[in-house]
Amino acid sequence: MAKYIVKRLFQIVLTLYIYASIVFVIVYLQPGDISQVYINDPKIPKEAREALLERLGLNEPPHIQYLNFMKNLFTGNLGISFSNYPTPVWDIIKERLPRTVALFFVATLLYFSLGFYLGKLIAWRRGGWIDYSATLVGVVLFTIYTPWFAILLIWIFGYRLGWLPIGKFSDPLLWRQYDVSENLVFSYILGIGGAILLFLLVVFLLGRRLYLPRLARWALNVGALVLVGVLVRYLLWETSLGILARDILYHMVLPAITVTLIAFGGTMLLMRDSMLEVTREDYVLAAKAKGLPDRAVRDKHAARNALLPVVTSFVLALAFTVDGGIITETIFSWPGMGLTLLEAVLQEDMPLAIGTFVFTGIFALVAHLIADILYAFLDPRIRYD
Amino acid sequence: MATVPAPPKGSPTRHLESPWRARLRLMRRGLATNWGLFWESRIGPIGLFIILFYGLLALAHPILMATIWDPAIYDPVTGFDPDPGPAWHMEKVNQYLVPKHPAPPSAKHWLGTDPWGRDIFSQLAYSARAEFFLGVMAALITVVIGTLVAAVSAYYGGFVDTFFMRLADVVLLFPVIAFLIVLGGMFQLNMYSLALVLGLIGGFGGITIVLKSQALSIKVKPFIEAARVAGGSHLHVILTHIIPNLLPLSFLYMMFSVTSAIFSEAVLSFFGILNLQMSWGMMVRMAEISGYLTGDAITKAWWIFFPASVSITALCAAFYLVGRGLDEIVNPRLRKR
Repeated sequence: MAKYIVKRLFQIVLTLYIYASIVFVIVYLQPGDISQVYINDPKIPKEAREALLERLGLNEPPHIQYLNFMKNLFTGNLGISFSNYPTPVWDIIKERLPRTVALFFVATLLYFSLGFYLGKLIAWRRGGWIDYSATLVGVVLFTIYTPWFAILLIWIFGYRLGWLPIGKFSDPLLWRQYDVSENLVFSYILGIGGAILLFLLVVFLLGRRLYLPRLARWALNVGALVLVGVLVRYLLWETSLGILARDILYHMVLPAITVTLIAFGGTMLLMRDSMLEVTREDYVLAAKAKGLPDRAVRDKHAARNALLPVVTSFVLALAFTVDGGIITETIFSWPGMGLTLLEAVLQEDMPLAIGTFVFTGIFALVAHLIADILYAFLDPRIRYD
Repeated sequence: MATVPAPPKGSPTRHLESPWRARLRLMRRGLATNWGLFWESRIGPIGLFIILFYGLLALAHPILMATIWDPAIYDPVTGFDPDPGPAWHMEKVNQYLVPKHPAPPSAKHWLGTDPWGRDIFSQLAYSARAEFFLGVMAALITVVIGTLVAAVSAYYGGFVDTFFMRLADVVLLFPVIAFLIVLGGMFQLNMYSLALVLGLIGGFGGITIVLKSQALSIKVKPFIEAARVAGGSHLHVILTHIIPNLLPLSFLYMMFSVTSAIFSEAVLSFFGILNLQMSWGMMVRMAEISGYLTGDAITKAWWIFFPASVSITALCAAFYLVGRGLDEIVNPRLRKR
């Protein structure tokens, strides 16, 4: 296993090198450069634009630029953004990343839970009306024209009903009264939310490992939930930052629901297929034959074994949370990684575009490795050598 | 057991049917079984009907343009209707009657007109052909490349295999929409080049990994070895034994490729990256840049973006549903019996 991981790490570095080179080439080959952005500005004459190119190193021959880029990349330097001069690309990524991760992590959790639950259900009731209707609805939402769907949801919930904000992640009128950066609040939300999830998971697993009687386990789980509820209530309503956190969460509701509705179909169908394979296994037949209740066979014997491909795709989906969704972020004006990438490309901001591509690439590569390792860990039949 | 058909009247002896006829009969029976399975999946036929509907729409457009539609009014790109139906669609400006566009659906314009006075139904039908072309073209390129690469890398293994699998890893790393936006800045992407690019990305990307694992399980079957022992060349084995066994799965993934190609076109058009005159995505983009997608304006002229958006969704979903229906045939583990 260790040998396999080392081999994979070596491959990751190689893959990353090729990927970064391709990204450099396609971004470099873009027509125009940052100085063209100022071509209509009479205050910036030709000499100034040339000086700009000289200072940014853009008048060097391509291979020198490429070598500089590679040297910087492998020393962890992604350069300085042109359009936000002189902010380093790292700082921009550090600023945008928590926003994207907060939104898409929540959405990914939601749509995987929904997809898992529905997939389990419709596979068990295969051929029934719930199977056909859920598959149909899932497929239509999965392939729905996202910009149109998001705009419709914004119109219904944001405009007509007025329940939810129509875009952005904060209310400027509220934030003006506080001297707090939005990113601080985002980091708190991410950190505390992650800690709470971890805590709940540990309690849940502990309850199972200790082989407590059913009532005690139930009491433990409910107790943990109540504790978390009280804590969240206190953090959001009693602390000074609570009102700001509530504001961000309030803005997050509509995009998170949109992403959930669009994406759950994929997980649902994956779970359904996996479950249909498992239900043909002998141990499911044996569990049924010894008279276990239908629910127990479904949840304990079939669903747990069918979970494997879903877990793998969950890990990969988590990696793509750093990527964000360009479509979702554009429609909801959510200034995260996807929107950053889009703007960088449109504004000829080479370092920022390349940096964003490479950063998301690293995440995806590492997630692939984790998914493979997890697969071997969860399914002992899988061996890497 | 197949029963030997009765000999034709007057033939002196009973003889076995010719191998060609037997093959044809088996094929027909196979098709009938598969059609039964496809029909039983219920979601597959729904998709097929939607595809047929849009196919007829695409076919009807040139006929309508040649017969009952006046090109000056109904042309999807350059048309303009100076008299869009009933009188309340006209506006009096300085004693002249001026047509009010976008005009709502009427007998003359079944789906109304857009802000430039062009017929929406005509645009919809005209674009349907382009969407079919793009989807099928991209999917064909994807599947041809994917199948060949998968067969070759599974059969030879070693360096070829490593190379193509690492290539697939790199291709999978790219966020597709962002990558296409970058490419759109470099080339003028139209339907042909978009189909090519999507086909290449798809063909060297995820599909090879799936098809290769299938090809690996075919490679270890005894008939491959038998074909080699009987003197078949590598090329012969790949072309006549591995690829035909891969084709059902390739065909299945072709359906999913069509969905993603049509969807990518619609999204890229929405961002204004593509260089197209008319497509479903462009229709939504035109509604957006003329302000009909902002705030309550959505209710003012729903007909300029609803038909296009619904069509994109319906056709994407239709190909996906057909893919799911085919899955029940191709993937025996999903079958009921």
